[in-house]
Amino acid sequence: MREVKFIRPKSLADAVQIYRATPGCRPLAGGTDLMVMLHAGTVRPAPQAVLDLWSLAELKGVRLVNDVVEIGAAESYTGIIGSQVVQQHLPALAAAARTIGAAQIQNRGTLGGNLANASPAGDTLPVLLAYDAVVATDRRAIPIDMFFTGYRKTALESDELITAVQFPLGREVAFRKVGTRAAQAISKVVMAVSRQPARIAIGSVAEVPLRARRAEAALNGGDVEGAVAAVAEDIRPIDDVRSTAAYRRAVTQNVLGGLLDAFARR
Amino acid sequence: MRFTLNGTAVSLDVAGARRLLDVLREDLQLTGTKEGCGEGECGACSVLIDGQVVDSCLVAVGQMEGRDVVTVEGLALQHGKLSQLQQAFIEHGAAQCGICTPGMLLAAHALLQQSKRLDADDVREGLAGNLCRCTGYTKIIDAVLACAK
Repeated sequence: MREVKFIRPKSLADAVQIYRATPGCRPLAGGTDLMVMLHAGTVRPAPQAVLDLWSLAELKGVRLVNDVVEIGAAESYTGIIGSQVVQQHLPALAAAARTIGAAQIQNRGTLGGNLANASPAGDTLPVLLAYDAVVATDRRAIPIDMFFTGYRKTALESDELITAVQFPLGREVAFRKVGTRAAQAISKVVMAVSRQPARIAIGSVAEVPLRARRAEAALNGGDVEGAVAAVAEDIRPIDDVRSTAAYRRAVTQNVLGGLLDAFARR
Repeated sequence: MRFTLNGTAVSLDVAGARRLLDVLREDLQLTGTKEGCGEGECGACSVLIDGQVVDSCLVAVGQMEGRDVVTVEGLALQHGKLSQLQQAFIEHGAAQCGICTPGMLLAAHALLQQSKRLDADDVREGLAGNLCRCTGYTKIIDAVLACAK
């Protein structure tokens, strides 16, 4: 750990250049995932350096520009929760951010980190899928449903930095997380749903945060019961320390039914 | 690197990727900040950075350049007089084994800085990132509420 070089870029342009030129370099933002792994020595391949993105002004803030909400990759969840733009236009994102860890983690965790870490249990990731968010990087825009390519694998190239996440306006998304307790819990099932267009996005039920395509097709046809039945075929849950596949399957169906019910009563 | 620690400017020559927690305890001998889980689950290592409560086990010390850091050693008022919150912890018996106490104090301090209008649920939510292994939460919540309005 102590041999790892700490690099503090002056600007985003500086960071992009350093990241491209430095093999074995890992981007660091709030550290809520990476600092644990660095200390435990479980980062593979072992990094030679960390590139500190936390203080870069270009990666902070929430902006509403031309019917798109853009959130800096290194903006904290606390900043996201407190943003009036988010409260007004992306309430499901604020709801998800409030369920992450507790104050200590919300003050440091970021969307860029949640995306890059690509845990199937990342609590904001189903919300991003339900909003059809776009991941902006130093070189391109990646639609969120192309982003997760495998267990903790992403479409990012090895020298590509996430700079922001963009959300379209005008979509109603409902969110629900099921964990062991209200705070500091890693999800057993985490879900975000949009009725129009039909989006059903779920975490902790497969190797990636996924869109439940069969259930979405049923919902598009107006078949709510069919969607609840089909979602069991869309997911690939496992037994692990936090839950069982059978529990996750049952809870996924119940949570989807509950969220769709709530939409119907609006 | 330079930052402010408990109101005093400090200048350190340490590897930037080290955990703030370790630099506080090992290099600066500020052992009031405790290590519990080392994974951001328990809050024992909580400190304030620019007034926000964070787990110092998750912070690279290199990220502290120009920041304002407060540990439990910096909570007391001048001349060693305890803060109202610290005094309330004593009066309510809010410490048992004591390992969570520094982190509880800093998280509660940050919460009270945001708002003094708190009920018991607000305090529970505000301290949800701090675990008490003695499970003595009731007295802790009472002590924080005594400092709210």
